[in-house]
Amino acid sequence: MDAGPAHVSGTAGHAPAHPEPMSFWRKYVFSTDHKMIGMQYMFTGIVMGLLGGLMAYAFRMQLTFPGEAVPGVGVVTPNLYNALVTNHGSIMIFWFAMPVLIAGFGNFLIPLMIGCDDMAFPRINRLSYQIFFLSAVVILVSLVVPGGGFGGAWTAYPPLSASAAYNHTPLGAPLWLLAVALEFVAFLLGGINFVTTVMNARAPGMGIWEIPIVVWMIIVASILFMASVGPLIAGAVLLLLDQVVGTQFFDPRAGGDPLLWQHLFWFFGHPEVYVVLLPALGMTAEVMAVFARKKLFAYKIILYSVFATGVLSFVVWAHHQFVAGIDPRMAHVFTVTTLLISIPIAEVTFAYIATLWGASIEFRTPMLWALSFVAEFMIGGVTGIFLGASATDIYLHDSYFVVAHFHYTFFPIAVIGFFTGFTYWFPKMFGRMMNETLGKIHFWGTIIAVNFVFIPMFITGIAGDHRRIYTYQLFSQLATDGLGRLRLVSTLGLIVMLLFQLVFVVNLIVSLVAGRRAERNPWRANTLEWVAPSPPPHGNFAEMPTVYRGPYEYSVPGRREDYWPQNVPA
Amino acid sequence: MIAYLVPQASSYAGHIDWLFTLILVTVGFWFLLAEGAFFWLCFRFRRRDGVAGQYVTGTRKEEKRWISWPHYLVIACDVVLIVATVYVWLEVKQNIPPADERVRIVAQQWAWVFVHAGADGKLGTPDDIVTVDELHVQLDRVYQFELMSKDVLHSFSVPVFRLKQDAVPGRTISGWFKPTQRGRFDIQCAEICGLGHALMPGHVVIESQEEHQAWMRAQRT
Repeated sequence: MDAGPAHVSGTAGHAPAHPEPMSFWRKYVFSTDHKMIGMQYMFTGIVMGLLGGLMAYAFRMQLTFPGEAVPGVGVVTPNLYNALVTNHGSIMIFWFAMPVLIAGFGNFLIPLMIGCDDMAFPRINRLSYQIFFLSAVVILVSLVVPGGGFGGAWTAYPPLSASAAYNHTPLGAPLWLLAVALEFVAFLLGGINFVTTVMNARAPGMGIWEIPIVVWMIIVASILFMASVGPLIAGAVLLLLDQVVGTQFFDPRAGGDPLLWQHLFWFFGHPEVYVVLLPALGMTAEVMAVFARKKLFAYKIILYSVFATGVLSFVVWAHHQFVAGIDPRMAHVFTVTTLLISIPIAEVTFAYIATLWGASIEFRTPMLWALSFVAEFMIGGVTGIFLGASATDIYLHDSYFVVAHFHYTFFPIAVIGFFTGFTYWFPKMFGRMMNETLGKIHFWGTIIAVNFVFIPMFITGIAGDHRRIYTYQLFSQLATDGLGRLRLVSTLGLIVMLLFQLVFVVNLIVSLVAGRRAERNPWRANTLEWVAPSPPPHGNFAEMPTVYRGPYEYSVPGRREDYWPQNVPA
Repeated sequence: MIAYLVPQASSYAGHIDWLFTLILVTVGFWFLLAEGAFFWLCFRFRRRDGVAGQYVTGTRKEEKRWISWPHYLVIACDVVLIVATVYVWLEVKQNIPPADERVRIVAQQWAWVFVHAGADGKLGTPDDIVTVDELHVQLDRVYQFELMSKDVLHSFSVPVFRLKQDAVPGRTISGWFKPTQRGRFDIQCAEICGLGHALMPGHVVIESQEEHQAWMRAQRT
């Protein structure tokens, strides 16, 4: 036994830290098992993500056919339109991307990939999910209360968000804010748990440079989240007081300042982009290495670039506020920091592309998703430069160019990232293989359709379409046939994309029930989760693994096998 | 590039469009290069029987240059773009020419109120001309505006001017523009302001000197 980090539950032949629960309620509902909590997060997130997608259907239809009843929804009033847009954004980020990518995959993968039997704080973990579930209930309730759901955009800028006299949603606005605050509490608990677990419970022999990159990235994301969310929680408390008690922290009539909220919000809001980006980036790297049969190109450079991105992400927030009324001289500072972030992110991209050099690429479904992440995310990356440059942002700010840009980052992050991870780890989660044909149909349908959704938005944005406007009929320069056709293409793309998700649902159900049984290591991968049985039992490993090498030793010269698991002695 | 879709009607619209094109060319180069390399590698190194993957760590010096050279090139591009951006921003936002005319813009849920200074060129005098949702300006004159809001955040956006500025209650934000093309163009609110966010279309009417004088006379009677 070499000297590795302390191990939570001892070594070979151990007893699990807590006994295996047997009853249905203890096992599936009030579980403290990290795998079950991960699944709970993931499936709650999938349901919320589908709801968020259907919301997009409703408001895109209104935009394309203004004033007409939307099939299955009815007439979308301005009130409803604003509520749908607001909650689509909120749900996709806080109730789909975060729970699925960080909490879902983080919970499932971290103990398995670092070779321990559970999280450091299993009960805090359970509490984290319960609070998250409550927050999801509150956000859904906020949509159906009298007065309707909150419609002040996911950024919730006061004074609009601060007073029912302005937003006309006396219940929707405070409930929305409460839901967001609860969600933050849940993720703070989860973040503490992740960091503690990875610091203390790694398998013997796993030094910090033998940690799989997805675990690293989830940890960096958790730290970014915990470090950035404080100001926003403080701001949320002030805003809630404004809404409910009648204080005027953000209302200038009593000396408050609306811009204060913007600073508090975006100080969190920009690192938040990287909070959800990093886990997706990590999963992409894992999948690319396995299906390229290649060592990850320059693992340490990728990590250092990620650290640099994380640090820089704290000093770019005011690029959301170039035209918000801040001192014009400040814009230069934030233009420089924002454009500098392109350097580490470009390095990560180059390293991913370089990983393909000399590879032996097997285009299975998870690999298609991982590759499409790189291809699509680059569109989001380069279009960000137009917005980070203060002078062009004057024109493009709050236009559909922005919508297209951040969907080319968030769609790869949240949707492609989720499918990358889910199709790759499905055999480990459920002990069965997914159907490859259905998987590929789903992939191509989704990936082709999504470009039809968002590429037209770059053009309509440049042509002057502004965001969150529920009809363009009153604008002579925007109510043209040409722009109308582009909006129609977007909407049709969305409908096709949503329909293709049915293929995924069918594949999920068919594979869960009748999929081919998966062996322990169907992808011939190196990381420790593939040492455990599929699916892993309570306590994960029959014999706790010891780590002898880094996670990406593929195609090592002189070996018969083209992979070399971390736990196999030399 | 933008001018194909939206006419340029202010003195600085050309600056912003130029910067847009510069960025488009720069990032377009990177985008095509990176996507090209990516798809070529995907094709070139697809799995073939009997061909194993290579063991490349990316830690040797001659391998690292695949990252470090593009890395320096990205820095060079960043420097160019930063300098160009700072220049355009200075021209548009900070180097404000002396005012020929003044106008006050007051946003509220859900309308624009425009206070034109009138013949004496001063705001707050009896000859001010107040209009709702329609701003009248004269060609080739430098306008300085005071932008205010009565209730929530709004944003004064005139795409043909390439001008956008949030209106913040409790603050008076100043800015400028110089119209360079006659016509009637849309003004939009660009910051969500509640139920009527889509219902506050304004128009800017850009007139020649004679037309503008005639309009002012008509307002006074």
